[in-house]
Amino acid sequence: MGKAFCLREAGVNQKLKIVTVSAQGELGRRIRDMGLIPGTEVKVIGKAPLKDPVALRLKDFTLTLRNSEADHITVEPLED
Amino acid sequence: MQKITAAIAGNPNCGKTTLFNAITGARHHVGNWPGVTVEKKTGIVKHQGTDVELVDLPGTYSLTAYTQEELVARNFLAEERPEVVVDVLNAGALERNLYLAVQIKEMGVPLVLALNMMDEVRRSGKEIDTERLSELTGCPVVETVGRTGEGKGDLLAAAARHANENQGDWESLRISYGPDLDPVLEEMESMIAEAGLLTDLVPARWTGIKYLEHDEDVVLKGRMADSELSQRLEKMAAKVAEHTKKTLNAEPDAIIADYRYGFIAGIVKHVVRYPVLDEDRISMSDNIDRFLTHKFLGPIIMLGVIYMIYKVTFTVGEIPMGWLEAFFGWLGDTVSGIMPEGLLKSLIVSGIIDGVGGVLGFVPLIMFMFLMISALEDSGYVARMAYMLDRVFRTFGLHGTSVLPFIVSGGIAGGCAVPGVMSARALRSPREKLATLFVAPYMTCGAKVPVFLMLAAAFFPKEGAGVMLTITLTAWAMALIVARILRWTVIKGESTPFVMELPPYRIPTLRGVLIHTWERTWEYARKAGTVILGISILLWALMTFPQMPQDRVEAYETQRAEIAQKIETVEASGAQNQVAELESRIETLENEQAEEALRGTFAGQIGTALEGVTKWAGFNWRVNIALVGGFAAKEVIVSTMGTAYSLGEVDPEEARPLAERLSTDPGFSKAAGLAMIIFVLLYAPCFVTVVTMARESSWSWAMFSVIGSTALAYGLAVVVYQVARNFV
Repeated sequence: MGKAFCLREAGVNQKLKIVTVSAQGELGRRIRDMGLIPGTEVKVIGKAPLKDPVALRLKDFTLTLRNSEADHITVEPLED
Repeated sequence: MQKITAAIAGNPNCGKTTLFNAITGARHHVGNWPGVTVEKKTGIVKHQGTDVELVDLPGTYSLTAYTQEELVARNFLAEERPEVVVDVLNAGALERNLYLAVQIKEMGVPLVLALNMMDEVRRSGKEIDTERLSELTGCPVVETVGRTGEGKGDLLAAAARHANENQGDWESLRISYGPDLDPVLEEMESMIAEAGLLTDLVPARWTGIKYLEHDEDVVLKGRMADSELSQRLEKMAAKVAEHTKKTLNAEPDAIIADYRYGFIAGIVKHVVRYPVLDEDRISMSDNIDRFLTHKFLGPIIMLGVIYMIYKVTFTVGEIPMGWLEAFFGWLGDTVSGIMPEGLLKSLIVSGIIDGVGGVLGFVPLIMFMFLMISALEDSGYVARMAYMLDRVFRTFGLHGTSVLPFIVSGGIAGGCAVPGVMSARALRSPREKLATLFVAPYMTCGAKVPVFLMLAAAFFPKEGAGVMLTITLTAWAMALIVARILRWTVIKGESTPFVMELPPYRIPTLRGVLIHTWERTWEYARKAGTVILGISILLWALMTFPQMPQDRVEAYETQRAEIAQKIETVEASGAQNQVAELESRIETLENEQAEEALRGTFAGQIGTALEGVTKWAGFNWRVNIALVGGFAAKEVIVSTMGTAYSLGEVDPEEARPLAERLSTDPGFSKAAGLAMIIFVLLYAPCFVTVVTMARESSWSWAMFSVIGSTALAYGLAVVVYQVARNFV
């Protein structure tokens, strides 16, 4: 297991696991509603033409997230 | 006969609407939930002698108090207490979809799960053990495919049966929220149950959970019901929150969410089997996205798609629009021919037929726009547009989806703000939506174009195209700047989070698209029609009354009779060239009479009275009347100005005489022309747009837009006039 880092820094197609979600209030609620909670496995599968937001692949579906929102999430790389 | 109410809940993009349409057979009623602009659909179907009323709740991911949709859904469950809830789940993303189901179970409403989109699940090779899911959740589970209607009968039967078996008190689903929260929740639950706080609506445990989550809506209701108990509960919640923040670095709402997901993960583990190798299989959708959201290709394709929506709406939509216009023109002429001259005829022809014709004339545009936008939305592309444009629009406090209303309203010159404002529906973020509604009418809609062309012909005769391009760019700049200012002031606040699903690409069904389009179009024609007819008659009255005094009419009659007499004598003498000259004098006389009549009306009086204010922008009373008339429809500006300039009714498409007249009018300078361009571009949207805007937001927001935009337009027009006067 590698060290935890901010989701914003994640590269495309890197397999990751969420470690913490520190967002509160509405943003925190929305992030959690979509299933972004500690332990979830995610992968950044693409970035918008202006590098922001990013497309994030979860096990069953894809969602979008702004870089400013990704700042509240830390991840660690997932080795196969 | 027995009657039960079944609420249909579910995430956005779970195929809920498709399934609802399949069950009700599109025989349903569309309206708004009271007090909000969230759409409410209901339909009644018979099932074995029972009337089942289906209520389509707004699509939500959760039942918090953060969005209007969630509040509406939750309050409906609590206050209307339906006999049963059907939660439509996208079976392909079961885990996330069950999150809403768990929250509904926490409220205790009898729940039936519809595993929708099972066709996609089967195709992907995933397996779902429906029986096991039913066992573990305690809810009947029915497999459905909304697109084909598969399973809809079973679902209805299951809902009716479950409603009958579970009458009476609601029992909250009891799951553990961990060692820190559980004891506090237990204590809260017994306190709430004992005092009967809100227990007539929802189970005590649910209220307790909401206190722990610090749910403002429930806490507020609790305070009103029993402020002393509420205070104690709030204190308990605050205390445990402090504790968990210290020990777990998390607020209770985050912990509760984690445990809910933990509970769901436990179920899903036993229910869903993923095919081997699935992880490396790149789904078709991701493949398509490589192109459609590509760094360079993506924006180019998007421009193409936007241009296509625009082109089809306005070129194809123009054809039936022309038929409608021709029909109402014919109707007006026919009625004119039959009815005797007088006020009643004027009211019916100019007030009612023109008014209704004007309203219905938009119907083809709205239809074609919604045909395409619904198809794009159902296909999943609109979400990609928002994704690609978010960075740009966010800078101005808007949302990526704002691009649709902008373009349709006339972001490419020649659109129309009425369908434009309606297309703002795709926007799920309230603040961004308000800002978009406010500024979308700044775009150069088709009705403003003739005004600009006429002014360009008058003052910049060789630079028509350049002027139009500059105006269109100015419209965009103003829309974005004003949106930014609005989002800094009146509707300030964080931008709505962009945590949004990118649904897999799907081929839209014709049926779904047609139903959607029909609902929108009919809603517009019916609801807006009545209000617009009233305003149309009012504006007709403003431009008709008071009528010219009898002695003035007679004076014109006498003059006309004199000339007519002269024509007869001249004709008798055979001097044909003089006849033409005399006939044109009659025309001039009639135009003068029309000008005088217009000036005497209320609209004319307003225009004249406003001269004191508008002179700073270089507008005379003639321009003022035209601008007042332009509130009815911007098409009216050119023709009204023609009347005011004694040119008779000027055809907006052929406005050269007016342009020539303006360029030689010493009282109307080039600077005033520039000021008028900026004013027409920005001032109050036409009232059809205002009514539509009110329906999409609220009357107060629509009125604010009218007043705010007009004030802004006036201010800028004054600046432009005063500056330009010294240079051009």
